[in-house]
Amino acid sequence: MSERRAGWLFIAPALLLLVVFFLLPVALGLVLAVTDFDIYALGDPSAVRFVGAENFRQMVKNPLFFRALVNTCYFVGVGGTLSILLSLLAALALASPLCRWRGFFRTVYFAPVVLTMVAVAVVFRTLYHPDFGLLNRFLKLFGVEPIFWLGDPAWAMPAIILLALWKNFGYNMVIFLAGLSTIPPTLYEAASLDGASRWQQFWHITLPGLRPTLVFVLITTLIGYFQLFAEPYVMTGGGGPVNATLSLVLHMYKEGFRWWNMGYAAAVAVVLFALILLVTAPLRWYQRRWSP
Amino acid sequence: MACGGADSPPPTLVFWALGREGEVVERLLPGFAQENPGLSVRVQQIPFTAAHEKLLTAYVGRSTPDVAQVGNTWIAELVALDALEPLDPWLAHQPSLRAEDHFPGIWATNVVRGRLWGIPWYVDTRVLFYRRDLVARAGFSHMPKDWAGLRQLAEELIKRKLAPYAFYLPTDEWVFLVLLAMQAGSVLVDEQLEPQFCQPAFLQALGFYADLFRQRLAPVMGNAQMGNYYQRFADGFFALYVTGPWNLGEFRRRLPEALQESWHTVPLPAPAAQDFPGVSLAGGSSLVVFRRSPHKEQALRLLAYLNRPQVQVAFYQLVGDLPANRRAWEDPLLAQDPRLAAFRLQLTRVQPLPQLPEVEQLMQRLWEVVEPALRGQATLAEVCGHMDEEARRILAKRRWLRQRGKL
Repeated sequence: MSERRAGWLFIAPALLLLVVFFLLPVALGLVLAVTDFDIYALGDPSAVRFVGAENFRQMVKNPLFFRALVNTCYFVGVGGTLSILLSLLAALALASPLCRWRGFFRTVYFAPVVLTMVAVAVVFRTLYHPDFGLLNRFLKLFGVEPIFWLGDPAWAMPAIILLALWKNFGYNMVIFLAGLSTIPPTLYEAASLDGASRWQQFWHITLPGLRPTLVFVLITTLIGYFQLFAEPYVMTGGGGPVNATLSLVLHMYKEGFRWWNMGYAAAVAVVLFALILLVTAPLRWYQRRWSP
Repeated sequence: MACGGADSPPPTLVFWALGREGEVVERLLPGFAQENPGLSVRVQQIPFTAAHEKLLTAYVGRSTPDVAQVGNTWIAELVALDALEPLDPWLAHQPSLRAEDHFPGIWATNVVRGRLWGIPWYVDTRVLFYRRDLVARAGFSHMPKDWAGLRQLAEELIKRKLAPYAFYLPTDEWVFLVLLAMQAGSVLVDEQLEPQFCQPAFLQALGFYADLFRQRLAPVMGNAQMGNYYQRFADGFFALYVTGPWNLGEFRRRLPEALQESWHTVPLPAPAAQDFPGVSLAGGSSLVVFRRSPHKEQALRLLAYLNRPQVQVAFYQLVGDLPANRRAWEDPLLAQDPRLAAFRLQLTRVQPLPQLPEVEQLMQRLWEVVEPALRGQATLAEVCGHMDEEARRILAKRRWLRQRGKL
């Protein structure tokens, strides 16, 4: 057996899995997006039509799609940014030589990441309850009127963001901690000998040292936050109130599995894919340019 | 597959029941087991919110049960998929399953393309729940029987400052608007699949509906903004509410003791008093048998058992679902409940929604399209034109299939 054939044989199992469970579904999804596959096609395959860009035209005309797009960008923009800042702050605090009980806090901050979303949702729904919720009771101490967190269109998304922040910041924090540990302490020593302030040290040593980590965190966070689904699905009954928390993935899910418009749903998936690519590609480019 | 030969082992019927019904139906079954030794029934509970998806995925995966409870608006869709067994030929074997024992409007929801696809299990319709005390103080000794009277009552409630609002009509629901439209004689979508939202009948209903908001007789609020409406009803935030039988139990449980004598139910008013009661919605759940089931004869036996008056009364006692079989309504438990009288009368005047697989999607779009008009952000003409357009888009595929002779 030639070396070449042996090589193919060795990667065959992995390749097969990749084709069956990744390439094929992706290709099928792309094909679906240009058809009108729906409930009728389920019963009679001959009822599927090739519709070209029609699904995309419908999408542009669909106010729900725009609502979902705006909501998703809101979530990514505000939630994503806050999440990265919070992670960085927590990591810096834990990495500080003043920090005690480091292992304990790292575990506690990371714990929400591994909790089940549904269980967390149950707890948060109670916290957010307008009359009996802990959050409103706390705000009342400062004279704040009760907020109908999940029922008020203006407050529902902030409530979802707050939940997502709490749930996810630990993950990036651990990555930042790893990034911080790669910065040689000698740099800080030299800087302080030269009389650099803490802020100068952060700006000229920590941040450049964290650059690869930061880009990685940005990319994974953007990808994750664009796919917002579980939080509104369990917290606001699938995008309520008045579609204030309808995300692109929820819109896709509802069109696909509620109304069975699989063609249209696949088209939404394609748009989401393109959107994520568009946002993360420059970051990839930046990363390649700056990596040694 | 065994087809019930003499020596084959007795079959197990798989029965999918939804939500609350799924939780209690097992308790009805010992009687069935006694009469059918060896034939066992396996009940699978499915949450109501997931049921529709689950049925469709089961169909795709060829793992449908023998018998299932389905909302009667889903029947058209399941028929379009050819997933169900037509029941007409089986009725000869089960003489107790008779159309005469059922409410005609409800039975009709199970007839699609001239054939019977399900047996009504429990029924559901909407009536008017109202605050007796406030209505009396508004100077009305009887509830009005027509639209004009209803509006008069609402105006009087406001004028005498008995409540900030007369009605609560959730703006994120389609039900009351569609009821008014059906009462005015609109079919919503006609036989040729042509939407009828800009026709006089629908516009009459839409005008009446929108006026209730513009005259501030009803708040422009959805369920999301309203929160706990039982509390608001008890506080006297509104006095009139159109809802279904599930709220009989909820009102009894959630309203304070002092108010228990002060709420009552009445059939819906009609456009003109001589047509009272006005048409309401034919809702509820039916039991269907799937085409792929190898145990259809046994499945029909289960349907007949669950349709028996005694079993239907027991079912009512367990969950409060209104019996589909009218003979069950003779039982004193139902016949003597004053608040059920409204439902009993209303059920003789019910109509199904158009039997289209797309109907839920249409209704969902309807309230979304109409809402701006209630806020004064769109005219009725704009709203109806928009809705016609939406309906044409949603029904486009069905029209194409029909032109090709596939339906």
